[in-house]
Amino acid sequence: MNLRHSWIIALKDIRIFIRKRTVLYTLVLLPLLLSVLFPLVIEYGGKSSGGITGAEIPPLLHSFEWFFVIIPAIIPAPIASYSIVGEKLEKSLERLLATPTTDGEILLGKSIAVFIPAIIATYAGATLYMALVDAVTYNKLGGHLYYPNWDMGVILLLAPLALLLSIELNIITSSRVSDVRSASQLGGLMFLPFIGIYLASEIGVITLDTNTLLIIAGVIAVLDLAMFRISTSVFQREQILTKWK
Amino acid sequence: MIETENLTKKFDGLTAVDGVTFSVEEGEVFGFLGPNGAGKTTTVRMLCCLISKTSGTAKVAGYDVGNDADSLKIRRLIGLVPDNVGLYESLTAYDNLDFYGKLYDRTESQRKESIAALLKMLELWEKKDVPVATFSKGMKQKLAIALALVHDPQILFMDEPTANLDPEAAKTVRDFILELKKQKKTIFLNTHNLDEAQRICDRIAILNTTLRAMGTPEELERSVRGRVTVIQLEQSNDVILDAVKKLGLGDVSAEGNKLTISTADPEQANATILDAVFRAGGRIQSVNVVGSTLEDAYLKLVREREKV
Repeated sequence: MNLRHSWIIALKDIRIFIRKRTVLYTLVLLPLLLSVLFPLVIEYGGKSSGGITGAEIPPLLHSFEWFFVIIPAIIPAPIASYSIVGEKLEKSLERLLATPTTDGEILLGKSIAVFIPAIIATYAGATLYMALVDAVTYNKLGGHLYYPNWDMGVILLLAPLALLLSIELNIITSSRVSDVRSASQLGGLMFLPFIGIYLASEIGVITLDTNTLLIIAGVIAVLDLAMFRISTSVFQREQILTKWK
Repeated sequence: MIETENLTKKFDGLTAVDGVTFSVEEGEVFGFLGPNGAGKTTTVRMLCCLISKTSGTAKVAGYDVGNDADSLKIRRLIGLVPDNVGLYESLTAYDNLDFYGKLYDRTESQRKESIAALLKMLELWEKKDVPVATFSKGMKQKLAIALALVHDPQILFMDEPTANLDPEAAKTVRDFILELKKQKKTIFLNTHNLDEAQRICDRIAILNTTLRAMGTPEELERSVRGRVTVIQLEQSNDVILDAVKKLGLGDVSAEGNKLTISTADPEQANATILDAVFRAGGRIQSVNVVGSTLEDAYLKLVREREKV
């Protein structure tokens, strides 16, 4: 595999979709909004009844942290739609497939193009979130919560795994639809299982502690491998040209 | 440069290309004529290693089509102009070309040189930094051809390169193909524009799932029926008619002062015919050789297939 080819394809895709407003909004607004909103909740939540106490803060933050797994599950949908369905719409796939690149190199390039901006956006949002949370909770907790914090560390490990799962699902979805909006909407459904986990933790079915998070990470890693197999079987030259819609 | 033998492609039991055998020489412009759904694009896709063949053999520049190791080598040697321009509309003309140049592992200086040469030749240099979305259809098609040439391929496959273009843009594209022909590029041209095929191609193959005929445009015209020599006389009579009939070169008919002689090879027979007319006292006003056209040949061959 020529990784240089994948990198060339990824850079081209990134150059194309950073000009799309929907992609930019998703990349910037969602992580920014959540990373600012949660510290504001800690700071100003329950002001009328004396505010959130120091004891209430850690379980609350546990819930908030999970959103940095949900973000990478949501972000790839619009980007991957442009990366693959956009290429289908511009009818440029045949020409790309006629170059001396392998199916794997193209697929990897498309995946990198989605992965890099999405992970940067997620980690930037998480960093801002941790900094703001520490700033507003320092006095109540008597120190920094996130320096270090293993739960958040596992969350930051889970984020790329969730991201990969979402990218692979979006690749499979993109092969079945012919417009960007449908691809984006179908791919966006990826966040539902993660919302399910969040709700399960909220009603006490599971606890999102370090051990549970590691188990979830292992399950997602296995799913990543399974989805990778499916996406590579879908992304084959002949299928793309003769069977993709 | 390109050789196929009994090349066949079936999709879920439906035969798109059936037992096609032909060869294309280096530096030749080879036209592939056929109606929509005849298998032209499928054949090009097989030769460009984009889809697999069901059976038969094909070689491009000596490499086996269908052999995984050879596929990348073939794709490196060829350029493809697909039936859709397939450009990245939000990128500039230069960036589109640069992207493909990189995928063919051209160095930066090679890319700069070939991109400048192509854009200047196609009169797009002034627009090199403009997003392609603003281009006219003709400009996009010219850029699409340039993309296929950015790595200086030996063989160029073109699928309907002038379809949907206005006459002026189509002429520009045709002129460019002729320019490439001068540079000894091997060109495989899919088209259903008969006039274009006749003007550009050295040889033409007519395809309608199976290969119906192959030859130079002139050979295909002649294959339909023998051409006729039409002689306009000042005054026709039976003596002249008998004199021509006695030559036994072909069917002779008279209509007013016009004699029509059907021969296998008018260029060969005309001197003898005119001599006989002259000796019989005929006074000749004009002589014309009226032949069947490529269109006649195409329609006959394609319909023959439909009747089968």
